[in-house]
Amino acid sequence: MSAARKARKTGTAHSKGSAAALSDARRLHDIINDVLRIAKLVGAEDAEVHVDEVLDDLTRFANNAIHQNVSENGITVSIRTVAEGRTARVTTNRLDENSLRAAVESALSLAASQPADKQLLMLPGKQRYRGVQRFSKKTAAVTPEERARAVRRACDLAVQRGQVAAGIFSTGQSQTVMGNSRGLLAAYRETHAEFSITMQEAPAASWAKANAGDVRQLGPQQLAARASEKAHLAVDAKEIPTGKYAVILEPAAALDLVGFLFYDFAATAVADKRSCLNERMGKPLFGKNITIVDDVYHPLQLGAPYDGEGIPRQKVLLVDRGVPKNLVYSRRAAKDARKSATGHGFMLPNEYGEAPMNLVFSGGDSSLEKMIASTDRGLLVTRIWYIREVDPYEKIMTGMTRDGLFLVEKGKVTSAVRNFRFNQSILEALRNVEMLGPAIRASGEEAFEMVMPAMKIRDFNFSEVTKF
Amino acid sequence: MWDLATHSLDVAKLRGAKYADVRVMHLRQRDLTTKNGHIGTLAQTESIGLGIRVLANGAWGFASTDQLTREGVAACAAHAVSIAKASALAKRRDVTMVDEQPFVDSWQSPFRKDPFEIPLESQLALLLAADAEMRRVKGVTLTETDMQFRKIDSWFASSIGSRIHQRKVISGCGIVATAFQGDEIQKRSYPNSFGGQHALAGYELVDSLELLQHAPIIAEEAAALHSAAQCPQKTGTLILGGSQLGLQIHESVGHPIELDRVLGEEANFAGTSFLTLEKLNHLRYGSDIVNVVADARIEHGPGLGSFAYDDEGVPAQCTDIIKDGQFRGYLSNRETAKIIGLQRSSGTMRTESWNRLPIIRMTNVSLRPGTWEHEDLISDTDDGIFMETNKSWSIDDRRYQFQFSTEIGWEIKGGKKVRMLKNPSYGGITTEFWNSCDAICSAKHWTLWGTPNCGKGQPMQTMGTGHGASPARFRNVQIGTAFSEQ
Repeated sequence: MSAARKARKTGTAHSKGSAAALSDARRLHDIINDVLRIAKLVGAEDAEVHVDEVLDDLTRFANNAIHQNVSENGITVSIRTVAEGRTARVTTNRLDENSLRAAVESALSLAASQPADKQLLMLPGKQRYRGVQRFSKKTAAVTPEERARAVRRACDLAVQRGQVAAGIFSTGQSQTVMGNSRGLLAAYRETHAEFSITMQEAPAASWAKANAGDVRQLGPQQLAARASEKAHLAVDAKEIPTGKYAVILEPAAALDLVGFLFYDFAATAVADKRSCLNERMGKPLFGKNITIVDDVYHPLQLGAPYDGEGIPRQKVLLVDRGVPKNLVYSRRAAKDARKSATGHGFMLPNEYGEAPMNLVFSGGDSSLEKMIASTDRGLLVTRIWYIREVDPYEKIMTGMTRDGLFLVEKGKVTSAVRNFRFNQSILEALRNVEMLGPAIRASGEEAFEMVMPAMKIRDFNFSEVTKF
Repeated sequence: MWDLATHSLDVAKLRGAKYADVRVMHLRQRDLTTKNGHIGTLAQTESIGLGIRVLANGAWGFASTDQLTREGVAACAAHAVSIAKASALAKRRDVTMVDEQPFVDSWQSPFRKDPFEIPLESQLALLLAADAEMRRVKGVTLTETDMQFRKIDSWFASSIGSRIHQRKVISGCGIVATAFQGDEIQKRSYPNSFGGQHALAGYELVDSLELLQHAPIIAEEAAALHSAAQCPQKTGTLILGGSQLGLQIHESVGHPIELDRVLGEEANFAGTSFLTLEKLNHLRYGSDIVNVVADARIEHGPGLGSFAYDDEGVPAQCTDIIKDGQFRGYLSNRETAKIIGLQRSSGTMRTESWNRLPIIRMTNVSLRPGTWEHEDLISDTDDGIFMETNKSWSIDDRRYQFQFSTEIGWEIKGGKKVRMLKNPSYGGITTEFWNSCDAICSAKHWTLWGTPNCGKGQPMQTMGTGHGASPARFRNVQIGTAFSEQ
């Protein structure tokens, strides 16, 4: 039975107290085989197919109650044809035979409309992958009722303390299979879970968040308690002058700032002269305490062990004790630079090439408490927000502090202060790191999750103050 | 489609929903890009599915599915009801909404040339030609172009009896020249940054942009910025070009007037708003000449926020936001309108796709044109800086303190543009900024700009919004803030 026909018989049934399940992986493999069969029939020289299934649930709360509660379920098929130096991609979620055929024909038609590219690479053949186990049955089985009860407990804590809670509790599962006409076949599945909470005690607020592959690692009530305590501490915020301060960035704040560096390590970005690493590779750029790798296999990382073309991801040393050492390469970028592909390419065709998506910063042994104790005058930063690039080469970023900014004096947190705008070069900040905490799986709102330590940074530039 | 939509509503009611609305949506998109004379992206995407929102036990649930069979949508509707009942485990009150009439209608956005019917070869040829024009200029190190076209069909049905079909055709196009030299990267975009101009229009939008004429101009400017003077740091007079002013409106008016933010529903992510309820009809938001509307009606123009009905089945409306400088209105939906005592929703519920819940979004939030001719505005300015084309934007989570930088600036002395400035930026406090506005250019200079990338909600949704603006002047603005050091 073809996947197209089976699809019509398959429905995702849900009932109270049970969670939906992903399709049997064989169904996704059947779709791959159907598309490759159709591609051959209609004369596609070569074809590549990605089949992705998501099953995501998100419970959202505000004003101490659930106000949005959503569930998403779907399968997407993405097809790329390659023939005579021409390639194009068509993506659809219509899985019947006629629709898949139409998608393949559309890809061929799109591809035929362009001039031939003599540099276009043939599809890669069969690859070997290192296995990763990132699927938690417990996470996949979480029900709307379980999420609602956890949210209720967090909201009850807020009510008890005269505060107002807002946040999300999400759980989900996904699987992806890719194959091509040259025998490549790759598959990956994972679960993911996230809890974030903002506790508001007028006029202040504070925030905590965790993201993991296993829901049991989140600790919603601990996060709620932490946000609640910090919100209470933040109530009487005073205004202090703008200027350069020592800052202690909690891991989420460090992530949302330095996370903006990731694309600069793409070989294509350097070749395009839009990376801050242009003419800076191999030269000391950051402090000697900064070492960064890209490592999808790190136990705190999630993600498939292969890239958009199916090339196995390699662990890459990007920065070694302050010196940018290596870039990541898609197959095309690698050929242009006479290097080996590192398994970081995006799905083709695209103009951006590749990027490291699993950054791991080396940490240190300084706890937040130790950083605070070592600070004569500085600021403890819970979260930063709306971060945008002001200067792409010096990597000057602007943004705001948010949800808990505290003054540290003579080794102690002495008061909350009004939020600042910063205009700060990431390059300079990473030259001024004085202390590092243990690296954890950090989750913010501006950058994707990375393994990141808290950082104490000197001379951080705050240029404006806001009204709260 | 109506059969599936109706069936899902029936199942929801049988399972205990007191209210339900459903959207079947079919989205088609084409993306074309070039880089340095080669094709970058060449892709088409199609997605079809159903999303149903239900109210049961006084709480909301939403589920979506791509299984467009009677069994598939029935399972989806039942799941939505079970989610709503779970939501009720953590409710503080029952959800209520203002009344709305049922509508049965079909509407299509106006366009002259269907972009999906234009030969792809000619679309790519135009982009490659513009790319080549930019690469001719010495000093340019990276050239990029893009086109994006979308066709969206939605079939909305609700348990109060509405049946509304809408078809929207959306086009977008832009070009960018980047120059790396020494220790600086400078770039210029046309007609706007971050993908160019986007509108509820067909391929006629691309025709109107005259890419080939503008390509060498922006390429020359990108290269010339390297020898331009740095924008000074000072407090002074600022004139904003229309597209930059459009984004200023988006960030410092459009977002703070979203009533879900005001009521704390976005507190964890997008933030809240300084426009607390007691400020309605009492706050002086801007100077007397500042008039802002939220207008989703097609007669406002072909904006990304134009439609006939929102995704809650409420007709498109024009709402006064700022009238003669006074704060007059919010963007609302049926639920938030009820909470603050309004008689009707302002019709701003919008969804990115069938698998996303509709939430309050900007429509076309536009600054009404003033009376000035552009040339007169420059000649009337003794000492100031003209800034155009956004480079970066940032604002705090209550929408008070902002900072923008633009790709290019021009120093004005004695009523004339005298020299180019690089790295321009400015910042301020929202109400102080809008109260410093003393001149707005006329309708002749007014453009309805499209912002295609507004992010909001969890899970994140990207929405297109419209912002009509003409160049305007602001006094006593902090300039050069992005490069200020203490």
